[in-house]
Amino acid sequence: MTRLPTLAWSKAEIAFWLVPVAAYFLFPHYLTLGSQVMIAGLFALSLDLILGYARIISLGHAAFFGLGAYTAGLLAKHGFGEPLSGLVLAAIVAAAAGWLTSFLIVRGHDLTRLMVTLGIGLMLFETANQWSSLTGGIDGLSGVEMKKIFGVYGFGLDGRTAYVYTLVVLFLIFNAARVLVRSPFGLSLKGIREGERRMPAIGASVWRKLVAVYTVGAGIAGVAGALLAQTTQFVGIDVFGFQRSADLMIMLVLGGTGYLYGALIGAAVFMILQDYLANLNPVYWQFWLGFLLVFLVLFARGGIVGALATLHRRWTRK
Amino acid sequence: MSAALRTQGLSKSFGDFKANSDLSVAFEAGARHALIGPNGAGKTTFINLLTGALAPTAGDVYLGDERVTGLPQYARVKRGMTRTFQINTLFPGLSVLESVVLAALEREGRGGVWWRTVSRESAAIDEAGQILARLRLDRDADTPTRALPYGKQRLLEIALALATRPTVLLLDEPAAGIPAAESAELFQVIAQLPRDVTVVFIEHDMNLVFSFAERITVLVGGSVLVEGSPEEIAHDARVREVYLGEAQHG
Amino acid sequence: MSTLTSFVGVLFDGLAYGSLLFLIGIGLSVTMGLMNFINLAHGAFAMLGGYAAVIAMSRLGVPFIPALLVAFLASGAAGALLERVLYRRLYRATHLDQVLFTIGLTFMSIAAATYFFGPTQQPVQLPAFLTGQLHVLGLDLGTYRLFLMAMVVLVTVALVYLVERTRFGSQVRAAVDNQQAAVGLGINVERVFSITFALGSALAGLGGALGINVLGLDPTFPLKYMVYFLLVVAVGGAGTIRGPMIAALLLGVFDVAGKYYVPQVGAFVIYAVMVAMLLVFPAGLAGRRS
Repeated sequence: MTRLPTLAWSKAEIAFWLVPVAAYFLFPHYLTLGSQVMIAGLFALSLDLILGYARIISLGHAAFFGLGAYTAGLLAKHGFGEPLSGLVLAAIVAAAAGWLTSFLIVRGHDLTRLMVTLGIGLMLFETANQWSSLTGGIDGLSGVEMKKIFGVYGFGLDGRTAYVYTLVVLFLIFNAARVLVRSPFGLSLKGIREGERRMPAIGASVWRKLVAVYTVGAGIAGVAGALLAQTTQFVGIDVFGFQRSADLMIMLVLGGTGYLYGALIGAAVFMILQDYLANLNPVYWQFWLGFLLVFLVLFARGGIVGALATLHRRWTRK
Repeated sequence: MSAALRTQGLSKSFGDFKANSDLSVAFEAGARHALIGPNGAGKTTFINLLTGALAPTAGDVYLGDERVTGLPQYARVKRGMTRTFQINTLFPGLSVLESVVLAALEREGRGGVWWRTVSRESAAIDEAGQILARLRLDRDADTPTRALPYGKQRLLEIALALATRPTVLLLDEPAAGIPAAESAELFQVIAQLPRDVTVVFIEHDMNLVFSFAERITVLVGGSVLVEGSPEEIAHDARVREVYLGEAQHG
Repeated sequence: MSTLTSFVGVLFDGLAYGSLLFLIGIGLSVTMGLMNFINLAHGAFAMLGGYAAVIAMSRLGVPFIPALLVAFLASGAAGALLERVLYRRLYRATHLDQVLFTIGLTFMSIAAATYFFGPTQQPVQLPAFLTGQLHVLGLDLGTYRLFLMAMVVLVTVALVYLVERTRFGSQVRAAVDNQQAAVGLGINVERVFSITFALGSALAGLGGALGINVLGLDPTFPLKYMVYFLLVVAVGGAGTIRGPMIAALLLGVFDVAGKYYVPQVGAFVIYAVMVAMLLVFPAGLAGRRS
């Protein structure tokens, strides 16, 4: 009788996760791109929690991505190249930054949130730029040397270890997020979305929940950044750039906000298209990207997953 | 014996406009207390001050022995004071069941649980089911709130409040917009609440007020005009003049 | 003595810079306060004005001052057109949708500008009487910056007159205060929106053209300065003239001073100031609307 969601996996979901596994065997020369796609997917997932589920406008989510990247990168550069601990520390640093800034975010209204998130992203960019002795500045951070995972799996040029590593991390975090959005906490986020005014009246502290989800989103973004640093053994200053935050939002809107899978699908489509098209003509790419965004907002707000969901509804209604 | 809920010199001004002036009102435990008055008398403002939706310009609110002035809304709900809204303030995209389960979970303190799904929260789900059954909303459990007819939405308003297990329940025009037959039914539900719940309600329908209230406070222009039993109020000349007289004329 | 001179110089530059930010940002403030619409593409209208002036001067031989008028009109027309065709559809949309939409527009405008004008800075030839310095009150102040500030003062006076003394102005004030009531009074709120949006865009265009010499002009202008315009509105408060004016001047002075006195952390100064101000005034200096 109840429609409360369970943890059961649908066939479509199982099929979805078989794709990256199959890709490992079918496209052995594209594993580096594959890792990049999955990292972008994890990054987009973190934003989906904040923007899709909690409806917090953030124009500077790259701040946490960058913090995670530089944490992991700097650790590895200075001799602490163990991958998993690097991930954990990156998550902690990014989450702490998210927690600190969340107090500014939850207090303000949308314009304030925009300003604060944008401002923090820009400030971190400037910091990385100025403090080039630490970060390598514009040239980026190189010399990131990774140790082997569990002492066994080394990061080789074929990208195989990196791919599996990224896939496993993505899957684990995705699962956690999947439970979260179906949990009481997830329901309360939905409550904030659907009826923010009623939430205090049923005894719920809205700002506390927003702080929690923002912190989690920041932490996951930090993990994504760390993965980038570890798998490419390099950290460019653009990890903090506005372009990265903007591209991220486009990925998420393209895939569809509030579905979790939308983040992954949008990231995949965007990254693959970018790989083909952006190098052909960057001006055209930017123009059509802008156009895509305008089009999506006006006519296809649910993104790819939203459109699929609508089709599915129409189909099952027959 | 201290009152379940009382105010001391509670005032609220918006610029020069005094919405509530120096209100010192007490609601006894277990009361069925009506708050009436003409439009603009400041009744909803008073509820907002009691619940913490608005901060007072002066004065205090006491829930039992505890001074709750300055506590945010959600904290007061946790201490047992819940309200319903005159205009439906629900969760349009949540189903009826989801809404009440959410309220029950928050009351249980399980609103922060993120590691298991809602479907496994059997205590909250059972409780929600009981509340829905009591209000005859159980058939509509899976209906999205926005698809509910208005009358059922009003019932959901109350269901959400009941899920918080209040000791003090403030109802802001619970029967607003509902035809007479259905509103009597709605008030039956309220009348069946146990005596350990103090009920304060704002209403304009005098039939409902005199049927259910055991005590009535009349608010006019932000101040208390008179307070007393239904008989006293019905025979009070000032009340007649200010309020009941208007109602009879239209 | 020279620290005082440089301090005055910094102050003067800061005020000039700030008044430019105000001129461009006031349209954004009114749009935000009036229609509760977050328009991140506002900088694109300023950029359009700048490029319009450049075309007028270089291809059509129009002198500088009339070119400013061209910029004003071009951006105003673009604003009027886009408002009617695109923006109007999103007045009821969520802020998030508005942000996404206007970022899309911004990207399109940057790409278009790069395509038509190339990625480099546009040089501008100032007429002779606006170059050099004027000796004022014992100080040597840049002539162009004086001209700039004079223009902004003129515009501000005209704006204040418009808002306080004209019927249209009272309609705007009514609509900002309470849109539903304004509609109830018979005010054609749709028309107020259109005219206000066009005017705000026109002012931005004028600012963009005036600012070529101070802020520069290249296709990345909308993104580069987006933060500053938003800052002016967020800190000053949407929907007023006075708030953004004070905010813009403050921000201008702090930014210039920061970059001059502590160049290592120059960029941070205004962000720190912004964060501090938002903590104390969450709705902005003169804020009312969320």
